[in-house]
Amino acid sequence: MLKIDNLHASVEDKNILQGINLEVKAGEVHAIMGPNGSGKSTLASVIAGKEEYEVTKGNIEFNGENIDELAAEERAHKGVFLSFQYPVEIPGVSVTNFMKTAINETRKAQGLNDMPAKDMLKLIREKSELLEIDRKFLSRSLNEGFSGGEKKRNEIFQMAMLEPKLAILDETDSGLDIDALRIVANGVNKLKSKDNAVVVITHYQRLLDYIVPDYVHVLYNGKIVKSGTKELAHELEEKGYDWIKEEVNA
Amino acid sequence: MDLKEKLLSSFLVFENQVDIDTYVHDVRNDAIKIFEEKGFPTKKEEAWKYTSLNKILKEDYSVFPQQENALEYKDIKKYFIYDIDTYKIVFIDGKYSSHLSQTTHDGIDVCLMSAALTKPKYRILIENYFNKAATKDSLSSLNTAFSSEGAYIHIPKNKLVEKPIQIVHFSTGNESATMLQPRNLIVVGENSHVQIIERHQSLTNNPVLTNSVTEIFANKRAIVDYYKVQNDNSNASLIDNTFIKQKQESVASVHTFAFGGKLIRNNLNFYQQGERIDSILKGVTIIGEKQHVDHNTLVHHIEPNCESHQDYKGIFGENATGVFNGKIIVEKEAQKTNAFQANNNILVSDKATINTKPQLEIFADDVKCSHGCTIGQLDESAMFYMRSRGIPEKEAKALLMYAFSNNVLSSVKIPEIKQRINKIIANKLGVNLGFDL
Repeated sequence: MLKIDNLHASVEDKNILQGINLEVKAGEVHAIMGPNGSGKSTLASVIAGKEEYEVTKGNIEFNGENIDELAAEERAHKGVFLSFQYPVEIPGVSVTNFMKTAINETRKAQGLNDMPAKDMLKLIREKSELLEIDRKFLSRSLNEGFSGGEKKRNEIFQMAMLEPKLAILDETDSGLDIDALRIVANGVNKLKSKDNAVVVITHYQRLLDYIVPDYVHVLYNGKIVKSGTKELAHELEEKGYDWIKEEVNA
Repeated sequence: MDLKEKLLSSFLVFENQVDIDTYVHDVRNDAIKIFEEKGFPTKKEEAWKYTSLNKILKEDYSVFPQQENALEYKDIKKYFIYDIDTYKIVFIDGKYSSHLSQTTHDGIDVCLMSAALTKPKYRILIENYFNKAATKDSLSSLNTAFSSEGAYIHIPKNKLVEKPIQIVHFSTGNESATMLQPRNLIVVGENSHVQIIERHQSLTNNPVLTNSVTEIFANKRAIVDYYKVQNDNSNASLIDNTFIKQKQESVASVHTFAFGGKLIRNNLNFYQQGERIDSILKGVTIIGEKQHVDHNTLVHHIEPNCESHQDYKGIFGENATGVFNGKIIVEKEAQKTNAFQANNNILVSDKATINTKPQLEIFADDVKCSHGCTIGQLDESAMFYMRSRGIPEKEAKALLMYAFSNNVLSSVKIPEIKQRINKIIANKLGVNLGFDL
C-alpha cells in the first residue's frame, strides 16, 4: 500500500529525513518510535503532503502511484489520513460542518454526489458513539477549547468518518489519560481491517499495548536504524534509546 | 462647474420647490452655509487621511433627480429579504415608490420623510428630533440642506414591531450620473423594539454617489437593531452618516456588511445620554478589485455604567483598501464604563492595504477599555489541517475566511438576514460550501 524509497526531505534547507525506506502492506500495523527530534513528525507530515517540506530525493508510492507531487487534499482523497499531534483550532467552524465539508469534498473528488443528509446524520451518530463523543460536542467549534484528550478523540472520530486506507497516528497517545487512551485505541482497532493499514508514531510503548503493531521501526537522525517486531518496543521501553544511539554512532 | 458650485447653485432652485416650513427652512439655510464654508473634506483632515473623495467628485452628477422612474418588483425582488413579511420603504432615484413600498400608520409610523417634513401633525416631532443628532460636519450639512426624502419611522412607547422594516434605495442609471441624498429619521419610544434593514442598490454601471444621513433616537429601554447591507456595484459610492442618540438602558446595534461598491465611507456615531446603555457596532468587510471601504466610528460615553462593543472584521483582496478608525471618548462623569473595540483583518493579496487606528480619549479613572487590531494572512497550519482532511485549498480558504467573520454574524438576530449574508459571503469567496452556521 505504502512504499517509501530512499526518502530525503528538508525544511528551510535543513535536512531532516535522510533516506527512509519503509513498506506498509494492507492489513498491517506499523509503529515508528524514536527519540525527540529524530524526524517522526516530519515523516508523517511529508506523507500527508505538507508543503513546507521539500522532498529532495526518493519517492513515496501509495497503491502503486507516486504521490510526491500531489496536494494534501488529493492524498486525502486517495485515502491517506494523518491524525495530528497538535490538532489545529478552527473557531467558527463546527465539528459537524467540518466533517460534512470534508466528506462531501472527498466524494466530489471521487465523482460521487453529496452524501444525503440522512445518511450523514446516521454516520455521525454511529461514529460518535464509537468514540464515546457527546452529541453536544459536535456542534462546538472545531478543537476550540477542547482538552488534549478531546482533541485526540476528535481526530480518531474524523478518521472513523473518513475511513481512510492508510491512517498515520502522530503521537495520538500524548496528553491522553488512561480512559481516553482506551477509547481511542478501541476506536482504531474497530476500524482496522485487512484492507487498510495503520502507522502509529509514538514515543512510548504505552499505546502499543492497545494497538498491537506487526512491525516496530526506530527512527534516529532521519533514518530508520532498526526494525523488529513488538518485542523491540518493549526493549525500548526498558532500556531507552541510548543503546540505539550508541549502536548507530559506533 | 465643480460639484460644490453646482450644489450651491442648485440649492436655491431646490428651496423653491419644497414646501417651506419655517423651522426646516432655517435648518436647511444654516446647513448650506456650513457646506459652503467647509466644502468637501480632503485628505488634509485627519479623519479623511486615508480616504480621498477626489475621484468620485469629478463626475457630472445630476444632483436632485426629478423624474419619476418605475421598476417591476420581479426585477428587483432579489434585493429584498423577501422570505419574511416586512414593511418596505422603497425609493427609486431618490423618489418614493408607493408601488413597491408597504408602509403603515397603524399604531406606528413607517412612512416618508417628505410627509414628516411637510405635514403639520408631525411638526412637533420634527422640531424635537430633526437634525438634533447629526453633527455639523460638511457632508451631513450638505445632506441636511437638501433633505427632502427618506424614511421616517416613529415607534411610540411599548411597541414590539414584529415585522422588520426594509429601507431600499434603487438608482436606475437613467441619468448618466446621479447623486442621492436620502435622509432618514427614526424615533423609537420607551420599551419599544424595532429591526431595520437598509440597502442602497444601483441597477446599472452609471456612477452613483449617495450621501446619506440617518438619525436614530432610542429612548429609555428601547432596543434598536439596524442592519446595513452594502453590496452595490463597482461604480456606486456611498457616504453613510449615521447618528444614534441613546437614553438610559437602551440597546442599539448596528451591523454593517460592506461587500461592494467603489468607495464606501461609514461615519457611525453613538452618543450615550443615560446610564446602563449598551451600544453594539459590528462589521464585516469583504472587498477586492480597487474597492475602498472606510469605517469611521465614534462612541461617546457621557454617563456612568454604560457599555460599548465594537467588532469589525475585514478581508481584503486584489488592490482593495480598507480603513478602520475607531474613536472612543469616555467623559469624566462616565465612571464604570466598559468599552471594547476589536478590528481584525486578513490581507489575501500583496497589493491590498488596510489602515487601522484606534483612538481612545479617556477622562474617567474607573473604566475598562480595551482595543486590539490585527492584520494577518490565513493561518497556514489551519490550511494544512483542513486540506489533509480532503478539503481543497480554495474551499479551505473560504471556510477559514467564513469562520473568521462568523462571530460577527452570530449576533444577527434575524435568521433570514444571517442566511442572506451567508450566501453573499459564499458567493464573494467564489464557492458554495452548502453548510449552515
